[in-house]
Amino acid sequence: MAVVSSETMPVQAEPDVVSVRRRVREVTAQMGFSLVDQTKIVTAASELARNTVIHGGGGTLHIESLNGPRTGLRLTFQDQGPGIQDVELALRDGFTTGSGLGLGLGGAKRLVSEFDIRSRVGEGTTIVATRWK
Amino acid sequence: MEKIPILRMDQFLLVTIQVDMHDRLAMALQDDLTKAISETEARGVLIDISSLEIVDSFIGRMLANIAAMSRVLDAETVVVGMQPAVAITLVELGLSLPGVRTALNVDAGMSVLRASVNGNGEAYGSRFI
Repeated sequence: MAVVSSETMPVQAEPDVVSVRRRVREVTAQMGFSLVDQTKIVTAASELARNTVIHGGGGTLHIESLNGPRTGLRLTFQDQGPGIQDVELALRDGFTTGSGLGLGLGGAKRLVSEFDIRSRVGEGTTIVATRWK
Repeated sequence: MEKIPILRMDQFLLVTIQVDMHDRLAMALQDDLTKAISETEARGVLIDISSLEIVDSFIGRMLANIAAMSRVLDAETVVVGMQPAVAITLVELGLSLPGVRTALNVDAGMSVLRASVNGNGEAYGSRFI
């Protein structure tokens, strides 16, 4: 698997969530994802970016387009926030520590092909979401 | 700060969301609409989201909140024009928009509102999701 292109953008504050959506939309459109798939990836990115800002205290998004044998997009959200105490609980629908609907993590997971969370309490969280074409 | 305009037509309020909604704008719309319903004694709110390219859990919550608040203020809310890709994504996300009435387009949405004011709950194009 080869990384065709990659870029990193800040996910520090609320306006960055909108920038993430815009950039992920552009990249998925360039890569030729269907409109439905673009919408799913952008929605997942929006949920994860908001989590990074609200729960992670801000971080970064690394966007990679992958090629061979399969084409896909990999999004890596990384923060140095408080971390997630119980990852399985956090993935469950309805779980929320904030004022949201509690669909962010679990919902984002359903919208992509592969989803991986690494979190250490006190050190931060890294979420890798990949959608194959 | 930018604002989403709220138009008044007879006893209804019309909102067309044409910008990429950031969270603060969504919160402001919620407050502005609630205020406008109470000031104008509107009986219905029509929200056109045909320009929205995504509805994530935050925007979904805003729509559900607006519907709940307007109901308490004796106004019906109908959300119209959801793009098919957005609808597919919403369902997969797990967002069912409880209590939010939807219609395919503005015409259908207006007939839902008119029917609800006339005391007839069922109208052309009316759907509960």
